[in-house]
Amino acid sequence: MERNFRFEKRKYVIIGIVFAVALLFIIRLFSLQILSDDYKQHADSNAFLKRVRYPGRGIIYDRNDKLLVYNQAAYDITVVMKEVADLDTLDLCNTLGIDVDFFRKRIGEIKDRRLNPGYSPYTNQVFLSQLSAEECALFQEKLFRFSGFYVQKRTIRQYAYNAGAHVLGDVAETSKADLEADEYYSPGDFIGKLGVEQAYEKQLRGEKGVEILLRDAYGRIQGNYMNGKFDENPVQGKNLTLGLDIELQMLGERLLEGKIGSIVAIEPSTGEILCMVSSPSYNPRLMAGRNRGKNHQMLSNDPWKPLLNRAIMGTYPPGSTFKTTQALTFLEEGIITPSTLYSCVGGFSFRGLHVGCHGHPSPLPLIPAIATSCNGYFCWGLYHMMSAKKKYGSVQKAMNTWRDYMVSMGFGYALGIDMPGEKRGMIPNAEYYDRAYRHSWNGLTIISIAIGQGEVTATPLQIANLGATIANRGYFITPHVVKKIEGEELDSIYSVPRYTKVRKEYYEEVASGMRAAVTGGTCRLANLPDIEVCGKTGTAQNQGHDHSAFMGFAPMNNPKIAIAVYVENGGWGATYGVPIGRLMIEKYLTGTLTPEDEVLATDIQNRRINYGKQER
Amino acid sequence: MVSRKDNVIKTLDWWTVGLYLILVLLGWLSICGASYDYGLPDFFDLGTRAGKQLMWIGCSFCLVFVLLTLDARIYDTYAYLFYGIMILVLLAMVFNPTDIKGSHSWIVLGPVSLQPAEFAKFTTALALAKFMGEYTFSLKRTRHMITVVCMILLPCVLIVCQKETGSALVFLAFFLMLYREGMTGAVLFSGVCAVIYFIVGIRFGGDVLGDELTSAGDFYVLFLIVCFSILLVRLYCKEYGRAVSYMTLVCVGGMLLGLLFSLYVIPFDVVQLQYWICGGLLVWLLVLFLRSRIYRFLFIMFFLVVSVGFSFSLGYVFDKVLEPHQKTRIEVLLGMKDDPAGAGYNVNQSKIAIGSGGFLGKGFLNGTQTKLKYVPEQDTDFIFCTVGEEQGFLGASLVIILFSAFIVRLILLAERQTSRFGRVYGYSVASIFFFHLFVNIGMVLGITPVIGIPLPFFSYGGSSLWGFTILLFVFLRIDAARED
Repeated sequence: MERNFRFEKRKYVIIGIVFAVALLFIIRLFSLQILSDDYKQHADSNAFLKRVRYPGRGIIYDRNDKLLVYNQAAYDITVVMKEVADLDTLDLCNTLGIDVDFFRKRIGEIKDRRLNPGYSPYTNQVFLSQLSAEECALFQEKLFRFSGFYVQKRTIRQYAYNAGAHVLGDVAETSKADLEADEYYSPGDFIGKLGVEQAYEKQLRGEKGVEILLRDAYGRIQGNYMNGKFDENPVQGKNLTLGLDIELQMLGERLLEGKIGSIVAIEPSTGEILCMVSSPSYNPRLMAGRNRGKNHQMLSNDPWKPLLNRAIMGTYPPGSTFKTTQALTFLEEGIITPSTLYSCVGGFSFRGLHVGCHGHPSPLPLIPAIATSCNGYFCWGLYHMMSAKKKYGSVQKAMNTWRDYMVSMGFGYALGIDMPGEKRGMIPNAEYYDRAYRHSWNGLTIISIAIGQGEVTATPLQIANLGATIANRGYFITPHVVKKIEGEELDSIYSVPRYTKVRKEYYEEVASGMRAAVTGGTCRLANLPDIEVCGKTGTAQNQGHDHSAFMGFAPMNNPKIAIAVYVENGGWGATYGVPIGRLMIEKYLTGTLTPEDEVLATDIQNRRINYGKQER
Repeated sequence: MVSRKDNVIKTLDWWTVGLYLILVLLGWLSICGASYDYGLPDFFDLGTRAGKQLMWIGCSFCLVFVLLTLDARIYDTYAYLFYGIMILVLLAMVFNPTDIKGSHSWIVLGPVSLQPAEFAKFTTALALAKFMGEYTFSLKRTRHMITVVCMILLPCVLIVCQKETGSALVFLAFFLMLYREGMTGAVLFSGVCAVIYFIVGIRFGGDVLGDELTSAGDFYVLFLIVCFSILLVRLYCKEYGRAVSYMTLVCVGGMLLGLLFSLYVIPFDVVQLQYWICGGLLVWLLVLFLRSRIYRFLFIMFFLVVSVGFSFSLGYVFDKVLEPHQKTRIEVLLGMKDDPAGAGYNVNQSKIAIGSGGFLGKGFLNGTQTKLKYVPEQDTDFIFCTVGEEQGFLGASLVIILFSAFIVRLILLAERQTSRFGRVYGYSVASIFFFHLFVNIGMVLGITPVIGIPLPFFSYGGSSLWGFTILLFVFLRIDAARED
């Protein structure tokens, strides 16, 4: 093997470099650790501590600028174990109103590293959290006697009304998953959970600031570094104004007391949500402060599932409210004209298939068919559409055409409301039926979708949005809860109209039908003296007692409110849906209820539906 | 089999193994210190960092056993295969969706995260050793030299693509090995010059001399370029001593006179004058070359031109090529920016922690700075500051001395190899350890910029420990078989 002796002496150069670097390091260490007192003093007396300055979370108002959610000061009492000296335990306990056993237990918990993995006797440990100003006042005065104890100011969310819990949502300490998902958060930070608090977390939370403090080697704070030259102030969270009318919301929650169901009201011209009731509800104050964990546990174990926001997460058969969509589709597709008559003697009977109906004259044209909620009329319509081979070529194509109409009206997909957890409901298509019936199906097989039964399901929000679409005569604006963000534009999707596939003139026909339902059809109870209400009942068949539904808007011209009411197992649409719809519309448009209607409201409030003990 | 194993035990370099064991043990104790939060010392609990590291160490020992049992010849035989596989893995990692702190270099397998880049050093070292160990190989052949540089740069570029700049820089260590193997020292000299130009240029980039006409950074850099060029003439063309004297007089004198003139008589941009002087020097060197036909003059001219070009592009590279956080780190290191809340925080904290250690340190587990979590990454990249704080000057110096002894021992082992394959590999190993030591401890002491690479055997983490263990013991295995 060739040995190149010329280069072998280069090993001395390399070894020399190694020694030079080692020497350099040792000299540097010598200067840092022995020569210079600078850093030593720094460590003995001064070391940086970055402390976060928390911004105030944004405030939430309703559409009339009523304060809904705000921040209240709360206090944590913390303790640094190494600094506790000559503690008069009895005095401390008396001041805080706790007993000595609790004190010992709490201290034990803090020191137990299994319960408190981040424990260090040199750093602040939370001893008691979220005390009110009153609870803390006396303690604050005597603080000098309890060395090692500190008071730390925090805020908790406060709710002005016991209403709207689902819409508002709440804040909770960040979970492990939250911490991993977003670097902004550190353990102990709060983050919005559910509702607007979650959907607008980025706007509400603001920007944390930072303070650079000097601490000594025992963690005691000596002051701000360079008089706060490098500190950053927190940026307050942005305030939100909701489209919600809190008075209307409270009435809705009152009316649904003891019932399972939902009410959604939308301002048709803007798509703003006026109220979003999901019953059973809960007091939002339960989710703030010290007992959140316990209360959350209790609510999640409730068999009626009060935490579920049924307005956007419950999917139900829309029942007869869905007939309006059918009328619109058949008109636009030329299957019927407003004067087309279909016979209905006790229902739809064809080739051995029977869909029942109730007593009304026969045959009927479109407007009375909507007014009386004739099952036969819409079953015939769908049957004719699905059988129109000449027009569509096959039942599959007819089916998918139908599906496109439903989707254009906001069904089958989540609408895109600014709330987490919205469900999409279900609009079947041809492929779905091909799979379910192995390609052997026709209009009759699927006839129940014409009356909002069978495979079709929708959220109460989608039903209310249907009301808004008819109110607008052919378009809707994506429903949204937040009307205004302080200093920021709303997402543009909440201002753009989304047109359906049906032209305006047909909407006028359907609106007339809904008006007729109020003046002389199934919704007579919704007929208010000075307001032209349009409505459509729904009675959705169901295993067990029928669901009661109502969809409507008012006034007929230049509508201000569109509404959907859905009461699980409420029976006929007229039993719960219509009177609740009436009261809500009256309240919103006139600002109050007449004395007679107040009696009606109290009556509905006190009515109970027997749901049994079954898990909902 | 048995006889070979006996053989390994007899011929294994136990000095190195001993140093390895001491360093691993000290490393583990430092991790105990860094991750320990007052209370029960539960270092053996697998939930803690110390406990996990103990597990990694245990795995490393198993790895050592396996590596020593294997035949040394397989490393020679499969060197290219290992290299190829690693390149494929690194290529795949570029498209790895897992993102840990902006880096795509981690493979997450349940509770274990692996960083293939840590093992790429080993495969590259092996492939280089194999290639350079060929009988026909010569660094003087351009084609061979280019192949070698490409073999180093390929994994390096792939690692940069995974956003692990620190790990990629480690591949520069191979140039130290190339220097030993005969690469001209001018490369190292140029590298050092580039670093000096960079530091001087950036440090004084914003300053001006006199009446704001002359940029201080440009002036200093050009001054250095001229001085270095003349120095090269002096070193490599010794018979031209007279010319050197003239050059020094004319060029350096001219620049200084120009500066004085600008400062006290009529202000003008001295940098312009410097460019003229550089041009003049270039012509002078050309004349010398034409007269003597000594090609070294051409190289020195080349050095001069490239240096001036480098000084031109300096500002651009700094502003446009570097990421903002890298820029800030360099500015903080050069003392141009005080940023205690951001880039300077780690280094400042680590200097304070070390400074507070004093001569004897605060004692094992008694470091208050590290306990209070002042130093971020204190059990990974900044582990050395725990040593500094708890063991003081004495302990920290001892660690540095142990590391130096370890590296020097590796160099001596590399020198005693009978094959070039072994020597190249050994030097690669020594260079890599040296680079890690230099950059990591330099960073903790505030000498080098903050580059996130681990301190071998000390920093917490399975990948790096295994990577270094493989790197080392493959060499020891090759060394043990050198007489075969």
